[in-house]
Amino acid sequence: MGKISTKDVEYVAGLAQLALDDAAKERLAREMDEILSYMDKLNELDTANVEPMMHAMEMTNVFREDVVGESLPREIALRDAPQHDGEYFIVPKILDTEGSA
Amino acid sequence: MEYEAVIGMEVHVEINTKSKVFCACSTHFSAPANTNVCPICLGMPGVLPVLNREMVNKSVAAGLALNCTISRWSKLDRKNYFYPDMAKNYQISQYDLPLCSNGHLDIEVDGQPKSIGITRAHMEEDTARNTHTLGGGQSGVDFNRSGVPLLEIVTEPDLRSAQDAYAYLTALKQILQYLDVSDCNMEEGSLRAEANISVRPKGASVFGTKTEVKNVASFSGVMKAIEYEIKRQVELIESGGAVEQETRGWDPDRGITFTQRKKESAHDYRYFPEPDLVPVVVDAAWEQRIRESLPELPLPRKHRFMEQYGLSDYDANVLTGTQAMADYFEAAVQADADAKKTANWIMGDLQALLTEAKADISACNVTPACLAEMIRMINDNTISGKIAKEVLAEMFVSGKSPKQIVEEKGLVQITDASAIEGIVRQVLADNPQQVEQFKAGKDRVVGFLVGQVMKASRGKANPEKVNEILRNELAK
Amino acid sequence: MTAWHEKTAHEIRNAVRARHVSAAEVAESYLNRIAAVDPKVDSYTQVWADFARAQAARVDEKIARGEDAGRLAGVPIGIKEVICTKQGHTTCSSRILEGYQSPHDATIIRKLEAEGAVFLGKLNMDEFAMGSSTENSAIKTTRNPWNLRCVPGGSSGGSAAAVAADLCAFSLGSDTGGSIRQPACLCGCVGIKPTYGRVSRYGLVAFASSLDQIGPLTKDVEDAALALNVLCGKDAMDATSANLPVPDFTQALTGDIRGLRIGMPVECFTESLGAEMREKVLSAIEVLKGQGAEVVEVSLPTLDYALAVYYIICTAEASANLARFDGVRYGFRHPAAGDVREMYVKTKTAAFGPEVRRRIMLGTYVLSSGYYDAYYLKAQKVRRLIKEDFDRAFTKCDIIVTPTSPTPAFEFGAKTADPLEMYLSDIYTISTNLATLPGISVPCGLCASGLPAGVQFMAKPFDEATLLRVAHCYEKNSGITLGKAPIA
Repeated sequence: MGKISTKDVEYVAGLAQLALDDAAKERLAREMDEILSYMDKLNELDTANVEPMMHAMEMTNVFREDVVGESLPREIALRDAPQHDGEYFIVPKILDTEGSA
Repeated sequence: MEYEAVIGMEVHVEINTKSKVFCACSTHFSAPANTNVCPICLGMPGVLPVLNREMVNKSVAAGLALNCTISRWSKLDRKNYFYPDMAKNYQISQYDLPLCSNGHLDIEVDGQPKSIGITRAHMEEDTARNTHTLGGGQSGVDFNRSGVPLLEIVTEPDLRSAQDAYAYLTALKQILQYLDVSDCNMEEGSLRAEANISVRPKGASVFGTKTEVKNVASFSGVMKAIEYEIKRQVELIESGGAVEQETRGWDPDRGITFTQRKKESAHDYRYFPEPDLVPVVVDAAWEQRIRESLPELPLPRKHRFMEQYGLSDYDANVLTGTQAMADYFEAAVQADADAKKTANWIMGDLQALLTEAKADISACNVTPACLAEMIRMINDNTISGKIAKEVLAEMFVSGKSPKQIVEEKGLVQITDASAIEGIVRQVLADNPQQVEQFKAGKDRVVGFLVGQVMKASRGKANPEKVNEILRNELAK
Repeated sequence: MTAWHEKTAHEIRNAVRARHVSAAEVAESYLNRIAAVDPKVDSYTQVWADFARAQAARVDEKIARGEDAGRLAGVPIGIKEVICTKQGHTTCSSRILEGYQSPHDATIIRKLEAEGAVFLGKLNMDEFAMGSSTENSAIKTTRNPWNLRCVPGGSSGGSAAAVAADLCAFSLGSDTGGSIRQPACLCGCVGIKPTYGRVSRYGLVAFASSLDQIGPLTKDVEDAALALNVLCGKDAMDATSANLPVPDFTQALTGDIRGLRIGMPVECFTESLGAEMREKVLSAIEVLKGQGAEVVEVSLPTLDYALAVYYIICTAEASANLARFDGVRYGFRHPAAGDVREMYVKTKTAAFGPEVRRRIMLGTYVLSSGYYDAYYLKAQKVRRLIKEDFDRAFTKCDIIVTPTSPTPAFEFGAKTADPLEMYLSDIYTISTNLATLPGISVPCGLCASGLPAGVQFMAKPFDEATLLRVAHCYEKNSGITLGKAPIA
């Protein structure tokens, strides 16, 4: 086992909200290990003085003006929801209180 | 051992743009659930955000008012976490390059000046609202609030008490309202405050372990929560325990804080630059334009009121509480009313009327010019102070000028000595028992007799004249 | 006379506008062709027969009234499943969006409709555009019209197969690391990825936001120019779309490439390139030389790192872009979930395919606490080095030429066991996405196996005109005609 343990896989799956059985964890650990080892070739390059390319475009300051436009009719907004009551999107119980800005 | 508290605040304010930060939906607060929504703020597949220019303008204005450095170059980032109030399951926010940083807000606590460092103020989007009121343990989600612009303002750990925190929040709210940047309405959730609290032995240089208190619905609640948390932490340490780093909620009914989330489940937010948006560059010219448009801020205005109008610290503070109040006061003074008396009328009777009517001074029927006119009428003895109260109440309802009200109701003050003498004599004749008591040396019945005269004149007699004539008549 | 479905988009457009044929007849010809042939190819996920007929009728009415019916009057096209349409469903070939009806049309869909295009339906793809063979579709298996035992390439496999089998006049694809050009190459058609920012991404379901571009897959280069004329341009709904004028690309197809400098990156013509592919690309370069172009050697020393950079950046962005598929507002929700966390986990685990899950895992990992600098930040830095390599190369040349794909189409299952092996399919195409350049794949003959090969040209950012001019000149002078795919 190299860079990635099944414990790492478990942690990442938790962040990504995925469930993996033991076999899947082991397979993913192996595959990710292979891919990440391949990615390690980037360390051959000295990038100490390189600015990261954070945006694909070199543009700045693209804005919309503060004008209210049309919203969706509520029946369209809710149309594809797995569950709704005509007013709200309905979700199962929320157990934890984390979240919210 | 003596302890001191170390407190830092994180405040989220909704910026009052007309449309949302990344889409054209209205930000209106009380719309029916899920009617101010579109594919963008619902996080539907294939949509892209475009930043509202006014969000940048208002955020820079707030930053300048908080003495911040405005970043020449800043960017937006994705903050990743899963929660049903997050349309995209990431929030567009700012991570390492906030729009505003390194500022300070000057406050006064018990008349003492204090400077609170502002670490940063950054742009982000608000989340949807979950309701937990549906049956079967299910929750409903309303996305009207999703994408409403938010400014998160973070202080340095410069606050030392609940009073400091209260003064900071009050000053911050005042400034943001002066700038017309936010309504700062805690009940509607347009201002939300969190406090990071730790305690340490007084004089120590290292920080204690902090807790974060969230979800408090009022400034006084924040103050109580901080007071409680300081006491809890000190008692914990004194009894040999240790403070745990955690997020705590506030239960206003029981008046206690309680554990919400332990540090172990701290988030790994995986911030990275938002590829759908381009960087924001606020150049010197743009910054200058906004700087020039800033109004006079509350604290400088307060000091000017004290100096220019000779007001007390307290009065100047109250009158600069909101921009509308301060503007009203200055308009009345400029309409040739005595400053000190104007202050008293605004803070006294007018405020009482406003409070009773749950109205704001900006929508008051009594114009500053009319208030000034009324005060002049008191000064030149046209009406008594007592009558003026009646006049003001009428002005407040009808919006009529004081002159018109006084004329219509015949409220002109009686200063004519012979008219007053007539009333006084009648009152003395009607109250022989009190006259006897006076003659027996009981001076305080004069008050009663003055009252009777005022009553008989239906309040219109000049009280000073009444006093004078009454004493003359009794002395006869 | 050749059937209408065998003709190019510009031939159809001209004939419809000249009233030589009605849009309705052309649409019918394609619908019949789809009914007859697509059961073998399986490129379409949805066929919108009635919708297409109604659109064609509107074009015919306009023409009857003497109105301008648009630059794509009566041209029947197919749309990749990843592009939002109010009509039908937008599923990204994923179970998680099964039955999803988009409330909005992509900007380019509105533009195409306004220019008289007729929408035949939606085309299969790798789930969320992740893959190089269309084997990752949750809907169906699309086959290569040149050999039904082989993959059509991916992720726009349905788009490429449909063009190759004459099941649409042209199709729309999306290209994040080669997803238009590689399947175009494997199916023997033309595929162009415009410069990043050229075409609005509004309504393109995001895979990797800083790399994704929409582009056409066409029967020839002239059709690519025609399609780009309509697709390109600034969109207020896409902050990353470029505010630059769009030239008439069909005017660029002059046939004259005298004096143009064609750059051959030494790194792309090493021993690792198979002899057959090498010979084909080199003879393509000879054709250009014969037309008066000058061939120069250029060097792209960081090219070797492109694949690593690409799979860090695209998976990182994808891990955030795909987070929204959670069963709350639309799409699949696992029925057996007692609370919200359980709903997320069961929904995502059940409805994302293995490749999507793998990329979400990788992307989450490279962004996670402690690894951001080592992977994501490092990749962004090397991305800049790659872009700078191209900038330098383009001081010495106007066009860079490489193979499109290291191999022709491969058989089903040949690369599914080893993800890294599959990723190597994109080795020649991903660098253009990283450097935001336009790139085009043009057929350059058939291999001994009877499968098409393709040559890739790349140009400076926003110089699609020169790119199309060279591709067109090559196409006209190569002497190569693939003929029709056998569909067997």
